[in-house]
Amino acid sequence: MPVSTSPQGQPQWRLRTTKAQWLGYLAWLAGISLFLLCWKVISDNTMWVFVEDAGRQGTDLISRMLPPEWTYAHQLWLPMWDTLNIATLGTALGIMMAFPVAFLAARNTTPHPLIRSLALTIIVSSRSINSLIWAMLLVTILGPGVLAGIIAIALRSIGFVGKLLYEAIEEIHPTPVEAIAATGASRMQVMSYGVLPQVLPAFAGISVYRWDINIRESTVLGLVGAGVLVCS
Amino acid sequence: MKLTEEALSEQRQQDALAGRWRRLPLIQSPLLRLTLLVGLVTYLILALSSVEVNWARVAEGAGRGLEFLAAFTRPDFISRWDDIWAGLLESLTMTVTSTVIGVALAVPVGLGAARNIAPMPVYWVCRGIIAVSRTFQEVIIAILFVVMFGFGPFAGMITLAFATIGFMAKLLAEDIEDLDERQVEAVRATGAGWWQTLNHAVQPQVMPRLIGLSMYRLDINFRESAVIGIVGAGGIGATLNTSINRYEYDTSAAVLLIIIAIVLLSEYSSSFVRRWTQ
Repeated sequence: MPVSTSPQGQPQWRLRTTKAQWLGYLAWLAGISLFLLCWKVISDNTMWVFVEDAGRQGTDLISRMLPPEWTYAHQLWLPMWDTLNIATLGTALGIMMAFPVAFLAARNTTPHPLIRSLALTIIVSSRSINSLIWAMLLVTILGPGVLAGIIAIALRSIGFVGKLLYEAIEEIHPTPVEAIAATGASRMQVMSYGVLPQVLPAFAGISVYRWDINIRESTVLGLVGAGVLVCS
Repeated sequence: MKLTEEALSEQRQQDALAGRWRRLPLIQSPLLRLTLLVGLVTYLILALSSVEVNWARVAEGAGRGLEFLAAFTRPDFISRWDDIWAGLLESLTMTVTSTVIGVALAVPVGLGAARNIAPMPVYWVCRGIIAVSRTFQEVIIAILFVVMFGFGPFAGMITLAFATIGFMAKLLAEDIEDLDERQVEAVRATGAGWWQTLNHAVQPQVMPRLIGLSMYRLDINFRESAVIGIVGAGGIGATLNTSINRYEYDTSAAVLLIIIAIVLLSEYSSSFVRRWTQ
């Protein structure tokens, strides 16, 4: 217990021990130095002239945005429909690919540790690359259009859905699985009657959550040519 | 004839004994099931028919796609290393500064957005800030800030800090809202003021999660910093964009591999830090 002794020899309660206190100070010092160092790099790479007129540029931008020109809105229906399609079809495609990957990646359902690490690699690489980057690659391969957007969204969704789903699979109750296995069920039957009913609610939740994220993400895919809403 | 719940389960039991057991359907009413199915198929047909694919273009691009995949087997770190290093340094510094600034600003907003410690007017203002910051995609905010602050990492840093505020403040506020009330009451019963309650009852309870979330946000900010470079906000994204536009796939592969490696590293270290703080 962190206690110090007062000059009169009385023990006094303190929040931290002396060692913890010093370690805390050192951590703060290191953190602040790192921050200042990073700040210096950024400020060296910044044209401060442009920053100074930020207020003027901002008010200019906003004044040109207001009021919104609603007459233009009827031209946006088609791009909006396409954007919704990119999100929905992309999510569907992503879920379809993520589903088997998640089962291969979960510790309790994977057929082999080697396959598990392969599945985990797929999940990590899909998760670390944003759908905008996927779209940028796919546009150079497939040409600009909705298809590139759909595949980009799908590729990014694999990692997200796969990760959350395999964590859900690893957390299931083993008892129903054992009960099904004890009836002499085959491997696939155990999956379908023991594991699947337990993860389906989580799966539905994750899919809808990802769909929601994808709708937001598909709006910006137009920037790199995969889709429509931002370019038009 | 409408069967009662009990009769239905009786029926199922009889069926099961006769060896005709079937799973319960997800949706009870067959009509609703059919309608949903028809609706889904109609939507799929409509959506798929609106997807235009230029097969000639795909065939032309397929070669380039294979070339890109092949580039992953021989990533080229060397010939553009100076550009990669500059972009990486910018991204990393942007990540650190934006996380620090974002978290520092998110803490007061998060405190204000917790219903159990903030008065109503403050609560609504802070919730408003969170909503504004969470509504827009990072990329769209980046476009706005690039217009305002000019090209370069400064705009990127402000963007990421802005996005961090909404994320951290929302999660922090939710965490404060379901903290253990008894400890707060115990500290308040000793005659502690608002600041003392905050410091000795609230802060120790939310600190592990705050640190964990900050590490997680650091991870997200790095990933996002790779993206906002595309719209001119500096960082590794700009390098990646240039290399793809110049069809230098070997360099792009190298950049992507570096991003994956750093994300992996930060994911492991953040899970380590989170385990250590809890």
